[in-house]
Amino acid sequence: MVGAGGIGCELLKTLALSGFQDIHIIDMDTIEVSNLNRQFLFRQSHVGQSKAKVARDAVLKFRPHINIKSYHANVKDPDFNVEFFKQFNVVLNGLDNLDARRHVNRLCLAADVPLVESGTTGFLGQVTVHVKGRTECYECQPKPAPKTYPVCTITSTPSKFVHCIVWAKDLLFTKLFGDKNQENDLNIRSSDGASSSENVVDVFERKEDEDVEQYGRRIFDHVFGYNIELALSNEETWKNRNRPKPIYSKDVLSDELAHQNGSVNKNLATDDGSLVSAMASLGMKNPQDIWSLSENSRIFFETLRLFFTNRGKEIGNLSFDKDDQLAVEFVTAAANIRAASFGIPLHSLFEAKGIAGNIVHAVATTNAIIAGLIVIEAIKVLKSDIKSYRMTYCLEHPSRKMLLMPVEPFEPNKSCYVCSETPLSLEINTHHSKLKDFVEKIVKAKLGMNFPIIMQGSALLYEVGDDLDEDMVANYAANLEKVLAELPSPVTSGTVLTVEDLQQEFTCNINIKHRKEFDEEKEPDGMLLSGWTQPPSALEKEDKSISNGASTSDTPIAATEAEKDEIGIVSAAKKRRLSDIVDSELSNAADEARNRNQLQVIDDEDDLVMLEGNSDGYKKKRLQ
Amino acid sequence: MDGEELTEQETALYDRQIRVWGADAQRRLSKAHVLVYGMKGTVAEFCKNIVLAGVGSLTLVDDRVATEEALSSNFLIPLDENVYNGKTLAELCCDSLKDFNPMVRVSVEKGDLLSFGVDFFNKFDVVVVSCCSLAAKKMANDRCRKLSKRVAFYTVDCRDSCGEIFVDLQDYRYSKKKLEETIECQLQYPSFEEAVSVPWRALPRKTSKLYFAMRVIENYEEAEGRNPGEVLIADLPGVLKLKKELCTAQSVNESHVPDNLLERLITNTTEFPPVCAIIGGILGQEVIKAISGKGDPLKNFFFFDALDGKGIIEDISDPNAGK
Repeated sequence: MVGAGGIGCELLKTLALSGFQDIHIIDMDTIEVSNLNRQFLFRQSHVGQSKAKVARDAVLKFRPHINIKSYHANVKDPDFNVEFFKQFNVVLNGLDNLDARRHVNRLCLAADVPLVESGTTGFLGQVTVHVKGRTECYECQPKPAPKTYPVCTITSTPSKFVHCIVWAKDLLFTKLFGDKNQENDLNIRSSDGASSSENVVDVFERKEDEDVEQYGRRIFDHVFGYNIELALSNEETWKNRNRPKPIYSKDVLSDELAHQNGSVNKNLATDDGSLVSAMASLGMKNPQDIWSLSENSRIFFETLRLFFTNRGKEIGNLSFDKDDQLAVEFVTAAANIRAASFGIPLHSLFEAKGIAGNIVHAVATTNAIIAGLIVIEAIKVLKSDIKSYRMTYCLEHPSRKMLLMPVEPFEPNKSCYVCSETPLSLEINTHHSKLKDFVEKIVKAKLGMNFPIIMQGSALLYEVGDDLDEDMVANYAANLEKVLAELPSPVTSGTVLTVEDLQQEFTCNINIKHRKEFDEEKEPDGMLLSGWTQPPSALEKEDKSISNGASTSDTPIAATEAEKDEIGIVSAAKKRRLSDIVDSELSNAADEARNRNQLQVIDDEDDLVMLEGNSDGYKKKRLQ
Repeated sequence: MDGEELTEQETALYDRQIRVWGADAQRRLSKAHVLVYGMKGTVAEFCKNIVLAGVGSLTLVDDRVATEEALSSNFLIPLDENVYNGKTLAELCCDSLKDFNPMVRVSVEKGDLLSFGVDFFNKFDVVVVSCCSLAAKKMANDRCRKLSKRVAFYTVDCRDSCGEIFVDLQDYRYSKKKLEETIECQLQYPSFEEAVSVPWRALPRKTSKLYFAMRVIENYEEAEGRNPGEVLIADLPGVLKLKKELCTAQSVNESHVPDNLLERLITNTTEFPPVCAIIGGILGQEVIKAISGKGDPLKNFFFFDALDGKGIIEDISDPNAGK
């Protein structure tokens, strides 16, 4: 079992009750309070402890005689190699991220061990069976990419609250508390580059001897006042949009308020809560309340003050964390002030936290149902009952009377670069792009490899590992900085590169094709990989885009951000089922089910496609 | 909307689910009182789900003494004879459930379902019965219906790898979100007795075979005076005979109730844990919907069979009722 979280707790319990005798469970996480509403093997007293270990101990209480081995570790650790995976009859995933799912998929393919994959969000869930050569692998179909937003929407023309959150979290928070050297679009405006970048950096730097309250007001006035004025000066932008309203600290804070603010802090200075939370120090309790503009401004100043007075050492290294109360407060306040400026409705801290943290909606019942379905499939896998394998959807609204809808698994995608040996092709400017670009943008970002080796024929161009001698490390480091055509074994049009990940035991060939020009807007990487299933993106095409952080979705099927008005269009590739006999009804229903889950379309009782029949209905249809 | 706000502790604990059903639904949950009768694996799953969800109180009734068999699919009971010896199933489950969520009051009542009067049921908003006779189901449902307030009534049973849920929400109004709008809906439910009295011939041809099979077994138990769950494979000839009689009386083809399905249902009477998890999960979701008044509830039967993997809703009600 990989994962001892929402699905994992339910799964371990159901496996144990069903008579499984030897279970290994891996999870790198520790227990948090917000897990306790559904991860029923954990108690308040376990907060901070290893999920895998506590889950094991809890299950052994009602099934003392079975063998459960727990690992408090990352499944991507090199210890969990192909040999490790080969010791199991079946691998069951209860994971919460795409990266780990892809990684386990590859190890299962390499070890030739069947994988039962699962995911849930809210009332939706899905279970699939991946058996090498028999059914599609996890990567045969494109997965919804984390939602991204065009840069200028974030920096200049926000129209939704989420845009303000992304701005507050990824731009302002990072600028003030994070890595100063990171590229940051905070001051980019759609029109020009009038302000020189040097000036920009200075604005956010706290001057020596500058009072933190002065500093706070200066930042406030700059980002909510001055920057908005600047943006307004570009008339073109506002022709068809509502003009934002600049907000200055003097407008929102009377002197009296500012003073009161200060004195409240002094009174509560001994209270622990006031050190970590601006809400606590300002006496605001309910995270469901929507604060006024003035309250948001007070929170903004207070969080800034608390960061600088109590957490000064962390400044420069902070990244946003949804479990960091002060960070959530800062982002909520900043997003709300920006929202007020742009006439966007304000939101509570509770809501803002959910959006900023990409928090997955999770309930115990769906996880319990999905865990039950996983065990049913796992038992079929152990019996090698291949004909009975099903992919099952757990739906919120019944489709053809069904809340649990099984469909036959899809057969492997013949052009899947992971489970078939189909080569990929890459168009790239071999005279401009460096090996480093290829490693970062293709090998790591797109192919999801952790420990890559890159070869041209038998010549090694690059590898990583602990056992390399210094010469080789220096050699590879030098190669990284070289453009492809100038490598020791030059990479030019027609070259075939072999890229391999030793841990995943996954290899693929990439045919290189030289191309001079790339469209900066449409091909920002400066290279184009094909034969690789591009995750569909629910986005207008724009120059660059910013994602709302990493997706932590529990589910591979539904977009993390299930906003009803935004629908990601997924080009459902034509698929065939295991059986060679075409049964379009079932395929249609299955495709439709996929689409329903991806698009969250509400079922409308049309009864044209029936998935009907008795227990052996599938068989009968196949024979007809 | 109910005035009282959730405490900080509740908001932190229930964070993820409030994001699914809202603070309002969470407040209603915390005021709801739930009764369950019959503590086998499926009901244990259900109890876990609603205790985690944060109902106000949960009352358990099952006077049977714990045996190895009863524990087979019940994860609420430690497999230690020293612990379970002498205690009833309800008492043992109560101890574990309290531990799952300190904010929920879990308690035990003793007695037989048939002995509980109308006043007893008045204490609850939701009543779930399992492992009981046809007569007991009808009676408990009737007594809930006699009350001036609406008590949501459910029966749940699992046999082999199949499970069944029955729902009676009486006259039920709820809201649901359709696109951006919240629309008000209303449903009329038949009682258990009314539902099972609907002539089989009046039901659509594609009605789940499990529905008929469960009725045959239920009737067999009643005719032979068996305790719930005590129909075994040795009874197959008798069960098949009764099936034939029922099909004849209802003027439906015998293929409505396949022999092999009946055989499966009485061959293995212990619950199959994955099915307990699935049925207990669906039931938990339904009860949460009924308490919060949000989302389409199922009307009025749900069936799951691990063999084909389908989880199907059937509306078994007299099409002419109320017209």
